[in-house]
Amino acid sequence: MAEKNGCFNGLKCRECGKKFPAEVLYVCDDCWGPLEVDYDYDKIAARLTKETILSRKPNMWRYKELLPIEGDVTVGQHVGYTPLVKSDRLGKALGVKTVYVKNDTVNYPTLSFKDRVVSVALSRAKEFGFDTVGCASTGNLANSVAANAAAAGLRAFVVIPSNLELGKIIGSLIYGINVVGVEGTYDNVNRLCSEIAGHYNWGMVNVNLRPYYAEGSKTMGHEIAEQLDWQLPDHVVCPMAGGSLICKIEKAFNEFIKLGFVDKHDFHIHGGQAEGCAPIVEMVKENRDWVKPIREPKTIVKSLAIGDPADGPFARQTMIGTGGWGENPTDEETVWGIRTLAETTGIFAETAGGVTVAAAKRLIDAGRIKADESVVLCITGNGLKTKEAVEGEFDAIDSIQPKLAAFDELLKKIEGKEPATVS
Amino acid sequence: MAVTVRIPTPLRKFTDDNETVSAEGGTVQEAIVSLQSQYPALKERLCDDSGNLRKFVNVFLNDEDIRFQDGPATAVKDGDELSIIPAIAGG
Repeated sequence: MAEKNGCFNGLKCRECGKKFPAEVLYVCDDCWGPLEVDYDYDKIAARLTKETILSRKPNMWRYKELLPIEGDVTVGQHVGYTPLVKSDRLGKALGVKTVYVKNDTVNYPTLSFKDRVVSVALSRAKEFGFDTVGCASTGNLANSVAANAAAAGLRAFVVIPSNLELGKIIGSLIYGINVVGVEGTYDNVNRLCSEIAGHYNWGMVNVNLRPYYAEGSKTMGHEIAEQLDWQLPDHVVCPMAGGSLICKIEKAFNEFIKLGFVDKHDFHIHGGQAEGCAPIVEMVKENRDWVKPIREPKTIVKSLAIGDPADGPFARQTMIGTGGWGENPTDEETVWGIRTLAETTGIFAETAGGVTVAAAKRLIDAGRIKADESVVLCITGNGLKTKEAVEGEFDAIDSIQPKLAAFDELLKKIEGKEPATVS
Repeated sequence: MAVTVRIPTPLRKFTDDNETVSAEGGTVQEAIVSLQSQYPALKERLCDDSGNLRKFVNVFLNDEDIRFQDGPATAVKDGDELSIIPAIAGG
């Protein structure tokens, strides 16, 4: 094991506060609450300044002291620091003046925010000495575990529902690791992985390594604040599957306030889920503090189709506590969101991104986000992985002979269909 | 009725390291009470002060979440398998 040099003391229960050593633990043995990393913020404040951050390379490890590894970064050294894109055209389409896209569709190496959590989890897995790692996944996480494990020389088993999009299955197989399809929902997969972790003593990133894994998501929030010139936005809209990311964005903002990197600001964090699987949004809308699981999710948004979200109660608390809200757009609205984002920003997001854009539209239309307030949309995955969601939207492309006359004829046809002015 | 209960890793230190144990009862609730009488240290871990299953404890009867059935009142029969799963994995 590398020299111990982390800024955390151990783990503690998010429910009852009981403390645990920084080992492979994820459940409180008193109350069954989830464990999270217990940082030493005085130590962090002594080591990490804005200047230190600015002097480091543009990746998520520029905030290393706020991440739970003890030694050097051994997996995923290049992950993160994705663009924060301001788009007036998207703002116009949504009805707000200032909108930014946090573009994790180009995260490295597997084009989703999951590379953030996996680089932390696998760096930590190596510190613990695991030789086999794995995950329960709706696709993006599997891709990231597969790629990062392959690069690190770790044996890997990624477990997914068998009916995932082809792009997500190939996107794991290509790395030469073991891909296991399960006949059932993500929640069936998740349950199996809990049993696998216990039985085989493997490092399952979102089961027994989850307290470490989940911290990686904070870097999306850290980057947003840094890229806004050390300010917090008025609003953030974030997709929710298990509900972890939205909580970690709030945590990241609060850490930067605590460290004095940003001024205190009244920010509001909103969550989006697909109508066909929205157990957390329903908790917000029905003012209920417990998760009513969804047995059979019915949506094109497979990456968010977690019927029994582990962080549901905490995600609800983040939304309610920050004065945010939850929205659950239909699949039709989601496709509108994907197309609108692409047509106004040049960013092709997967279905979860469509949910985020469509949820933002609902929040703006309802006046929960006002036209003169700033909003950041967390776009977490790449549309090239879920092409099935939009392929039915388009007619077959025009095919012509390689002759200018043929093109002339086609152009007349196209111009006849175009609106009079293009903004 | 004798059912098999699958114990998750974090609780095995309270069941003499047994991965599965046998319990008696006609419902999930009764099987859990039977389990707790064999291993008293499990009681406060699985249930809150009012005796209800804790928020982060999920119970599956033959692979089906009991929240989709009759909850703790779900009937069990000889040979059934109960799994106790921490609710805080995944995502």
